[in-house]
Amino acid sequence: MTYTIEGETGPWEVVIGLEVHAQVTSHAKLFSGAATAFGAEPNSQVSFVDAGFPGMLPVINEACIAQAVRTGLGLNAEIHLWSRFDRKNYFYADLPQGYQISQYAHPIVGKGEVEVTLADGSTKIIGVTRLHLEQDAGKSLHDQHPTKSFIDLNRSGVALMEIVSEPDMRSPEEAGAYLAKLRQIMRYLGTCDGNMDEGSMRADVNVSVRKAGEGFRTRCEVKNVNSIRFVMQAVEAEARRQIEVWESGGTVEQETRLFDTARGVTRSMRSKEDAHDYRYFPDPDLPPLVLEQSWVEQLKASLPELPDQRRARYVAMGLSPYDAHVLTIERETATFFETVAKGRDAKVAANWVTGDFFAALNRLKRDISDPPVTAQHLGELLDLLADKTLSGALAKQVFEAMIETGQAPSVIVEERGLRQVTDTGAIEAAVDAIMAANADKVAEYRGGKEKLFGFFVGQTMKAMAGKGNPALVNEVLKAKLG
Amino acid sequence: MMRPTDLTLAEGLEALEAREISAVELTQSFLDAIERLNPRLNAYITVTGEAALADAAASDARRAKGEARALDGIPLGIKDLFCTEGTRTTAGSNILGGFVPPYESTVSANLKRDGAVFLGKLNLDEFAMGSSNQTSAFGPVENPWSRANDPEKRLVPGGSSGGSAAAVAARLAMGATATDTGGSIRQPAAFCGIAGIKPTYGRCSRWGIVAFASSLDQAGPVARTVEDNAILLRSMAGHDPKDSTSANLPVPDFRAAVGRGVKGLRIGVPAEYRLDGLAPEIAALWDQGLDWLRAEGAEIVPISLPHAKYALPTYYVVAPAEASSNLARYDGVRFGLREKGSDLKDLYERTRARGFGAEVRRRIMIGTYVLSAGYYDAYYLKAQKVRALIRRDFELAWGKVDAILTPATPSAAFGMDEKQDDPVAMYLNDIFTVTANLAGLPGLAVPAGLDGQGLPLGLQVIGRAFDEETVFAVGGVIERAAAFSATPQVMA
Repeated sequence: MTYTIEGETGPWEVVIGLEVHAQVTSHAKLFSGAATAFGAEPNSQVSFVDAGFPGMLPVINEACIAQAVRTGLGLNAEIHLWSRFDRKNYFYADLPQGYQISQYAHPIVGKGEVEVTLADGSTKIIGVTRLHLEQDAGKSLHDQHPTKSFIDLNRSGVALMEIVSEPDMRSPEEAGAYLAKLRQIMRYLGTCDGNMDEGSMRADVNVSVRKAGEGFRTRCEVKNVNSIRFVMQAVEAEARRQIEVWESGGTVEQETRLFDTARGVTRSMRSKEDAHDYRYFPDPDLPPLVLEQSWVEQLKASLPELPDQRRARYVAMGLSPYDAHVLTIERETATFFETVAKGRDAKVAANWVTGDFFAALNRLKRDISDPPVTAQHLGELLDLLADKTLSGALAKQVFEAMIETGQAPSVIVEERGLRQVTDTGAIEAAVDAIMAANADKVAEYRGGKEKLFGFFVGQTMKAMAGKGNPALVNEVLKAKLG
Repeated sequence: MMRPTDLTLAEGLEALEAREISAVELTQSFLDAIERLNPRLNAYITVTGEAALADAAASDARRAKGEARALDGIPLGIKDLFCTEGTRTTAGSNILGGFVPPYESTVSANLKRDGAVFLGKLNLDEFAMGSSNQTSAFGPVENPWSRANDPEKRLVPGGSSGGSAAAVAARLAMGATATDTGGSIRQPAAFCGIAGIKPTYGRCSRWGIVAFASSLDQAGPVARTVEDNAILLRSMAGHDPKDSTSANLPVPDFRAAVGRGVKGLRIGVPAEYRLDGLAPEIAALWDQGLDWLRAEGAEIVPISLPHAKYALPTYYVVAPAEASSNLARYDGVRFGLREKGSDLKDLYERTRARGFGAEVRRRIMIGTYVLSAGYYDAYYLKAQKVRALIRRDFELAWGKVDAILTPATPSAAFGMDEKQDDPVAMYLNDIFTVTANLAGLPGLAVPAGLDGQGLPLGLQVIGRAFDEETVFAVGGVIERAAAFSATPQVMA
């Protein structure tokens, strides 16, 4: 069903395109050898190139190029073997060279696409227009001194990928799902860590509204939105604002806006008239970037399995599409699951990971990168279930003990004597004792009160301290009670 | 023995090796000459006498141990566009303030590696923008030559490497570094009666040289002889991974090519360079040069460079465009001059208005204009297309000839009071040199004769990309035939 916003004049469609800035995971900046660690002392990761000193020249970092190509491949996009860096000229205190080096006219990656899965289980293809490499600027701090601005150039020159989508999204949910999917793909590839709160990923959100069947109306760009949730909120806030403008007889002007996260509204940053003339031209310090097809092929061959492929493989292994989706959201989760499932029943493994294990993560507020139970131990637990050493109920007990102690399940089973009793003799002895002690109930059962069967199961298990194999207990009781 | 300052660089190396003179003595001779003549010529902005003598002493020590390097003990001047670690670098501008680079340009570092001694930093047009060395914030440089019939008239040394050329001509350095974006090595070399080569684009690293127009800038030497240029270029050149436009090619022994001769070489004469109104003296010198080459066994071949006539306007779009962007970093924020402002924009405006001279401001404005939305296609993009055609003209020519001979400049040195009101008349100085920059080709200016006033005139040899050897071979023949022995009126 199409998402619409109800206005006074009826329903409005929302049209959304995203420009996502993703920081390339790399040890060094795009054009200098300076480091890129987050949270370092201000101006401690700055080379003379990054600070725009006289006579300094950019030299491209091959690792950043490889990351952009890998990302392009992950987006099923065309890789351009010939691309070029342009200068985008503007003055700002945190832009040391007075220009940003960016790929304006000839990006390294062209058209691609991303499939997103929505809450109702449906999927949608979102087109990617291009991906290009560019330098980040530094950071201006205006709140450190009453009359001065502080400049931190640590980010100056850090490699960013700008990933531009087609205006293919039609709801906040789709925008959120697209951003989440981009993040997921890049995290699988290891090309961007996707830490939005550290600024490793941020989005410029282009929004317009229209009546069904119309062409595109004027769009506004909401700059620098730094979480998936805020992107979804910004889309809705901006769409509602534009609907109000149109419905009150006004015209939406093309402009750049900011999302005020506290008040949940967008506000104007600069209009089209104030837009900079960036005077783009090819950077004469950098020859065109020419890639060998064979190099691209090598990168392609060494790509890790991507989330879509992995999900399909899980479904083929017998998992439900839902479980397959949940297990592949984070690469670390999928890796955890695969360790658990290796050589074991995949469905049982999936049930344990998405069930008890996820519940434990939530309860303990822990992350998959810091799991309370290792994948190896969880796998061993499944082995103990499979060889009937443990019953399901015992396994849950052992699992809790594993969380508490961090010990291997076999150790816990041994130390606490939690081994399931499958010795029919022992079960028969226990059943005999129960029947002897409850002769009245045996008579009632035999007289037709069959729901007493559960009572005998409970008493037997209790007598056996929960360790009786439930199937065998049932079997013996049925035989003896007749 | 000759006076030390009269030695050519090659002779200086021999004298040092023969222990006829020490590097300290040689250096002291030049420092004395600088002290005496620089107040008049203004060729040096900064003289680094103490460091020079210390380096010279170190050089003598190396030589004594038998560890002398290719240029050991040779006193050189460094154009003040090259960043020199620990020594103020001005680019001839106020905007750099007292900027002392914490790094050494690759070219000057290469010279140091080979044992050269730096006497100081040489004056230049501000940011290398100019053809007369009059745009320098540190005052104009005077040409050591003067007219026979008007000896009091002060002449320009050419530009932008006016300090480099004047210093070498007046024997205030054995050689000097220079840079050439549209003719800034060759025109001042010709005006001052010395030789200078702009190598192929990519031959010398641009790292650490204050940028003017990145796609055109190229460092090269100026020195009194072709051979001295060959010696210096071998040390200056070489691949530099810090400059993405630096060529990863071996550096040949240029010196060996100087005496190679021109027998069997085909020398091109571009018809389009026979400009209307070309001074008869220049035309005659050009013909003389061709005769010399023919006499040494070269074949003279008429060629056509049909787009050469668009070279100057093309250059004056491309170079300012790149400059407008390259000079954006001089904003008063991180280094150099800062004028207080009420806000950031005000700080920019005051700093840049105060820091840049008129010619630099003019070029920044031209460059900003030609890159602006709505004008980009008509100016910058069109200029790039013409530039490609100029390159193609040369590529076609190289099918027929091995080198090209042209005049270096359309006139001899002019007076300091001339061509001041009309920037376009000033820009015409580059008419013969600018094509080599646009096409990235090597060009060598060789002193070849005197005009009627006794002022030096030069010829230019243009060669194929990375074929400086042929250029040196042709230049060597011209130099020997011309036997240029005149000396400037002001000289150590």
